[in-house]
Amino acid sequence: MQQPGRAAEIKAIGIGKSFGSFRALDDLTLDIGRGEFLTLLGPSGSGKTTFLMILAGFVQPTDGRLYSDGVDITERPAEQRAAGMVFQGYALFPHMSVEANIAFPLKVRKKSAAEIKRRIGEMIERVGLKGHEKKLPSQLSGGQQQRVALARALVFEPGVLLLDEPFSALDKGLRGQMQAEMKRLHQETGTTFVFVTHDQSEALALSSRVAIFNHGKLLQVGAPDEVYDRPANRFVAEFLGEINMLPLKGVRNADNGATGLCEDRTITLRGNASAVGSNAILAIRPEYMSIAPEATAGENGIAATAVASTYLGAATRLDLTTRQGAKVTVSVPNEVAASALSKGNSVWLTWPAEKGFLLPDGGQ
Amino acid sequence: MKAYLSDRMGAALLMAPLLLFLGAAYAWPFFGVVNWSFTLPEPGLGQYGTLLSDPLVQSVFVRTLRIAAIVTIVSVAAAYAITVVWVRGTPAQRVIAEFCILVPFWISVLTRAFGWVALLSNRGLFNTWLQAIGFISEPLTLVRNEFGVIVGMTHFLIPFAVFPLAASMRSLDDRVLLAARGLGSSRMRTFWSVFVPMTRSGIIGSALIVFVFSLGFFVTPAILGGGRSVMVAELIYLRIFQSPDWGLGAAISVVLVLFVGALMALLFRYVRPKQLI
Repeated sequence: MQQPGRAAEIKAIGIGKSFGSFRALDDLTLDIGRGEFLTLLGPSGSGKTTFLMILAGFVQPTDGRLYSDGVDITERPAEQRAAGMVFQGYALFPHMSVEANIAFPLKVRKKSAAEIKRRIGEMIERVGLKGHEKKLPSQLSGGQQQRVALARALVFEPGVLLLDEPFSALDKGLRGQMQAEMKRLHQETGTTFVFVTHDQSEALALSSRVAIFNHGKLLQVGAPDEVYDRPANRFVAEFLGEINMLPLKGVRNADNGATGLCEDRTITLRGNASAVGSNAILAIRPEYMSIAPEATAGENGIAATAVASTYLGAATRLDLTTRQGAKVTVSVPNEVAASALSKGNSVWLTWPAEKGFLLPDGGQ
Repeated sequence: MKAYLSDRMGAALLMAPLLLFLGAAYAWPFFGVVNWSFTLPEPGLGQYGTLLSDPLVQSVFVRTLRIAAIVTIVSVAAAYAITVVWVRGTPAQRVIAEFCILVPFWISVLTRAFGWVALLSNRGLFNTWLQAIGFISEPLTLVRNEFGVIVGMTHFLIPFAVFPLAASMRSLDDRVLLAARGLGSSRMRTFWSVFVPMTRSGIIGSALIVFVFSLGFFVTPAILGGGRSVMVAELIYLRIFQSPDWGLGAAISVVLVLFVGALMALLFRYVRPKQLI
C-alpha cells in the first residue's frame, strides 16, 4: 500500500479477531490480487467489516499476519498504510469545502501547492463535481457527497481502495448510477478495490471475485458466476439468491458428475458436482428451471402442481409443490405460466443437467 | 397526559408560576433600576454621561473585560483538555474526569475563594513551599491582585465551560476521525485540523458562557482582589451601598445587563439551551 500509483497485492494469513469472548473473525486466509475488485459479502455481524477495518489498520487482529506487496504490515498504523477508504455515511470533513476535503490527503503528504491544485482539478473532473469545489458537504446531495468521498480516497493514488457499504444510504436509481461509476473508476485507476456490502446483487454485479462471510468465517471465494452457480454450502447458495432444494437419494458419482433419485426419478448432474454422501440436497436456481407439459426421455424432471402465480411484468413467478410435498419456485415467461395454470395446474419441471448442484444433506 | 401537555393553554398554565416569579423577582426590580438610572439624583441622561467620562468607571470596565477575556481563554483551554478525557478517555479516565468536573459544584463559591486565599497568600501554602525548597526567597504576590482574581474565577468557571464542549464532542462522528487517519494524517494533525474545528460550536458556546459569567462576578474578585482589582459588579455594589450614588450604580447595571443580553443572544445562535447542562 505504500507505493503510490501502483495497485497493491494483499495477503491475509490466518487472520482472527476477538472482542472479549466474541469471535468476530476466525482464521481468515485470503489473497487479494493486484488490481482486483474483491467484494466482501455477508449479513451484518459476519466479520466482513471487521476484516475491512483490519485491512485499513483501524482494528488490530488478534491472530494472523497481513502482507502488502510481500511486506508484513500487521502492526503498521492506519496513517502509514494509507489505504484509500470510503466509509458508510462518507465521513466527509463537515467544516471543509469539497476542494479542501479532496486536498486533505495531499496536504498531509506535504505535496506542493501546484501539484495539489492540479490533482484536485483532475479528480473533480473525473468524478463530475465541477462547479461544486467551494461548497460544504452539507450543501451537496447524497450522490455528490459519495463522489467527494471517492475522490478524497483516490486522489493520493493509494494501492488499495477500501469501501464500507458506500451505497447503503442512496436510493435505488442513484445506487445503480454510482455502481457504474465505481466500475469505471476501478478500470481507470487500476487500483485494487475491496468492497463491503450485504447486497448480493451488488456484489455479483460489480466484482471480479466475491468472498462470502458468515459468523466470522470466510465460506467461499470465487468469481461471481462461480459462487452463484457452484456455492460451497447451503448458506452461500441461499445468500446469493433464491434457490430450490430437493432431497436426493442414492447419490453416486458418475461420468463427469453424479446421479441420484429425486422423487423416484433418476436425476443426473454434470460439471463440478460430486457425491458428498448417499443422501444429499439437489439445488437449482429458479431461473434455470422451466416447465413442460410432459416428461421428455433423458432429461431431468419431476412432476409438480402449480399452487400460486405472481405476475412480475417481465416474467411470472410460479410456486409449485412436488408429489412428495417439496416447495419449488420457478420464473417462467408469462404465457407459459398462463397455459400451465389452464391445464389443471399439473406440470412437469425440468432443468439442464449442468445447472443442478449438490449440497450436503442437513445443516450447512 | 400527552394531550394535556401539548395543549398551549395547559403549557402556559404550568409555566405560569415560574414566569410570575421571574417577573416579580427580576423584571420588576430591573425596571426600577432602569428608572433610577434616568431619575437619580435628577431626571435626565446625566448618569450615562458620567459613565462615559469618568476615568474610574472606564478603568473598571476595561479591567473587567480584560479579566473576563483572560479567564475565558484559560478556562476554555483547560476545560477542553478535561472534556476530551471525559468524553473520549478510557472508562477509568472518564470517572476521574467526571469527579473533577462535578465536585466543584458541591463547594460554595465563598469557600473556594477563601481556599485560594489560604493557598496563595504571602504566608500561604504555595509561598511557604516554594520558599522551603529554595525556589524563591521573598514571597510572591499571588493574591489581592488580578492574578488571584483570575485563578479563582478560572477555577470556578471551568466546570461550566465543560458542558457545551462535551455536547459538541459527543455529537462528533468517529468515522470522520478514522477517515482522517486513514488518509494519512497523524493523531496530532487529526486533532488540530479535524477534531478541534469540528467542535467549533462548542468552543464558541463555552467561551461565551464563561465570558458572560465572568462579567458579573462579585464574590471571587471581592475576596481575591482585596479591593485592588475591582470589577464591574463590585463597583455597582460600592456605588449603591457605600457611596449614596444610586443613579450611577443603576446606570452601570443597565449597561452591564444590556451587554450581557447581547452576548446571550449571540450565544443562542451557536448553542441550543439544552446543550448547556
